[in-house]
Amino acid sequence: MTQRVLELMRALGARIVNAWIWRLGFACRFLWLILRESGPSFRRFPLTIREVYFSGVLSLVIILVSGLFVGMVLGLQGYDTLARYGSSEALGVLVSLSLVRELGPVVAGLLFASRAGSAITAEIGLMKATEQLSAMEMMAVDPIARVVAPRFWGGVLSMPLLAALFSAMGVFGGYLVGVRLIGVDEGSFWSQMQAAVDFREDIVNGVIKSFVFGVAVSWIAVFEGYDAPPTAEGVSGATTRTVVTSSLAILALDFVLTALMFRGL
Amino acid sequence: MATSNLVEVQNVTFSYDQRQVLKDINLAIPKGKVVAIMGLSGCGKTTLLRLIGGALLPDQGEIRVAGEVINKLDDEGLFALRRRIGMLFQFGALFTDMSSFDNVAFQMREHTQLPEALIRDLTLMKLQAVGLRGAADLMPSELSGGMARRVALARSIALDPMLMLYDEPFTGLDPISLGVIGQLIRRLNDSLGATSIVVTHDVAEALELVDYVYYMSAGKVEFQGTPQEVRAATLSSLRQFVYGEPDGPVPFHYPAPDYRQDLLAQ
Amino acid sequence: MMTRKELDLWVGIFAVVGIGAMLFLSLKVANLASFTAADTYQVNARFENIGGLKVRAAVKSAGVVVGRVGEIRFDNESFEAMVAMNLDSRFQFPKDSSAKILTSGLLGEQYIGITAGGDSANLKSGDVLKLTQSAVVLENLIGQFLYNKAAEGDGKK
Repeated sequence: MTQRVLELMRALGARIVNAWIWRLGFACRFLWLILRESGPSFRRFPLTIREVYFSGVLSLVIILVSGLFVGMVLGLQGYDTLARYGSSEALGVLVSLSLVRELGPVVAGLLFASRAGSAITAEIGLMKATEQLSAMEMMAVDPIARVVAPRFWGGVLSMPLLAALFSAMGVFGGYLVGVRLIGVDEGSFWSQMQAAVDFREDIVNGVIKSFVFGVAVSWIAVFEGYDAPPTAEGVSGATTRTVVTSSLAILALDFVLTALMFRGL
Repeated sequence: MATSNLVEVQNVTFSYDQRQVLKDINLAIPKGKVVAIMGLSGCGKTTLLRLIGGALLPDQGEIRVAGEVINKLDDEGLFALRRRIGMLFQFGALFTDMSSFDNVAFQMREHTQLPEALIRDLTLMKLQAVGLRGAADLMPSELSGGMARRVALARSIALDPMLMLYDEPFTGLDPISLGVIGQLIRRLNDSLGATSIVVTHDVAEALELVDYVYYMSAGKVEFQGTPQEVRAATLSSLRQFVYGEPDGPVPFHYPAPDYRQDLLAQ
Repeated sequence: MMTRKELDLWVGIFAVVGIGAMLFLSLKVANLASFTAADTYQVNARFENIGGLKVRAAVKSAGVVVGRVGEIRFDNESFEAMVAMNLDSRFQFPKDSSAKILTSGLLGEQYIGITAGGDSANLKSGDVLKLTQSAVVLENLIGQFLYNKAAEGDGKK
C-alpha cells in the first residue's frame, strides 16, 4: 500500500519538475533571449508596428464594446446600491474608480489574452509546425529576433492603450446610464469624480498594472507558441494554455499589485 | 580525396532522448556532385541532413562543411556558413504571411544592402529559373503543392549557395511536378556549380538524377555507390528497397504471436 | 494583405485614440490639471488628534480647496500629531489663522479647514499654526453624551 503511495508521489514529483519547473526555467530563459534579441524590433520598427496592428487595432472592437457595456452595468448596479444610502451623486466616483483601478486593466487584459494572445500563440505554433521557423534559422535569420520579439513588443505596447480605452469607454457608459438614462446630476457626476480620482494614485497605477499585464500576456503567448508540439493537437493545446495561464496570471498579479499600490489608502 | 569533398561526416553518433539514431556514421560528399541519401523512414537520413546543416549537434564526431567543423562553430560562424547553404524543406515551409516574391527576396533583404530595384531583378530571375515568374504576387496559400515547393526552391537558391540540402523533395507530388523538381535539382546544381544532397525514398526518381548514392539503415551506411552499382547490388536489404519487394529483411508481418493460437484463443 | 501604408495608418489611429483616452482619463476623470505642478509653500499645524485625516486630503478655506495635506508625523516629545500642509502659493493667510479638522458630510472623509485670522503679517513657508482644533472622535462624543445624560439624571434626583 505504502509502495503505491510512494510511487504516486514520485510520479507526481517527476511530473511537477518536468512539466512545470523545467518549462518555467525555459520560459525565463526565453524571455531573456527575447529581450536580448529585441534590437531589430525597434531598429526596424515597421515589424513591431505590424504586430501592434494585429494585437491592438484588431482588438479595438471587442475592447470598446465591452468597456461600454461594463461601464453601463456599473452605472446601473452602482446607482441601485448608492441610492439606498442617499449617495447617488457619488456614482461618477464609483464608476471611474472601479474602472481605472481594477476593471480597466484586468478585464482588458483578459480580453486581450483571449483575442490577441491566443492568435499569437496559434500563429507562432503553426509557423513552428510547418517548419517556417526552422527554414528561417537555416537562412541565418534568428526567428526569435524576427518573429517572436516583434510580437512580444506589439502586445506590450498595445495593452496600456487598450486598457485606457476600456476605462474611458466605461466612464462614458456609466455617464450614459447614470446621467442620461437615470437622471443623476451631471455636474456632481463629473465634479465628485474629479475630486476623488487622483492622477498619481489611480491613473498611473492603473497604467502600470496594464503594462505589467501586457508583459505577462505577451510573454506567455509567445512562449506557448514557440514551445508548442508541432502538430495540430499541440498547437490547439498551446492556444488553450495561453488563455488559461494568462488569465490566472493577470488575476494573481492584480492581487499582488493592488496590495502593493493601494494598501496605504 | 579529402580536399575535393565539400562535406565530410566523420564518426558521428547522435541520439534523440534515449534513442540512438546514428551510430558512428561516415560519409563524404564530393564537390559539384548530386548525392542521394536513401533509406526507410526512421533510418536517420533526415537527422543526418539536419546535422549537416548545423541545426542539430552530434553527440560524438565531426561534420566538416567547406573545411569548417560546423558543429564547433560559434553563432556568428554558423550564421555566416548558413548563408552559403540552401535548404529545401519537405513541404516548402514558405512564410505564409508574405507573397511568393517576398519569400524569395527574403534572404536578400535580410542579409544584403542591395537596393530594392536590384533585389527585384534578382528575385524575378530566381523565379524565372523555376518557371514561376508569373506567380510572383501569389500568396503561398494560393499555390499548389508543386508550385509551393518550386517557390521554396527559388527562395533557397536566392544567395547562390555552394551547398543545397533537399529534405524529401519528391514527396506527395504529381508525376509532372516530380519530373520538374528532379530536373531543377540537376540543372541548378550544375549551373550554380554547387553540391547537392538529396534525402529521399523515391528510388526511381533518385536513381535517374544523382551521381552517387548512400543507402542507410538503422543509423549506419549499409551501401554506397553509383546508381548502376545500386541497381546491380546483391545486398538483400538494398534489393528489397530498390525493387519494392514486400517481404525480405524488412518483414511483411509486424511481430505477432502464433497465428493459429491467436485465432483459436477464444 | 495590408500594405504598409494601411498598416501604419491604422496603428497611428490606434495610438492617437489610445493616448487620447489616457488624456481624457487624466484630465477629465482625474485631477491632473488642477493641482500637481502648482507652486506650493509648506505650513505646519499640531493637533491633539487627527482622527481619520489622511495624506493628500484636501485643505480648504471657506469651502474651497487651497492645498493638500503633505505629511503626517508623530511628535514624540509633545505627543501630538504634526501635519505638514502644502498650500497653493496664490493664497496667503494671516499668521494667526486657525486650522480645524472637519468631516465631509456626516460620515465622509476628513479634511482640514483653515479660518483666516486678522494679523497683518502672513504665514511664511515653514511656519506653524498656533490655533488648532482636533478632529471630533465619535467615541469621545458618545462618551460625553452618556456622561452628560448620567449627570443630568443625578442632578434631577
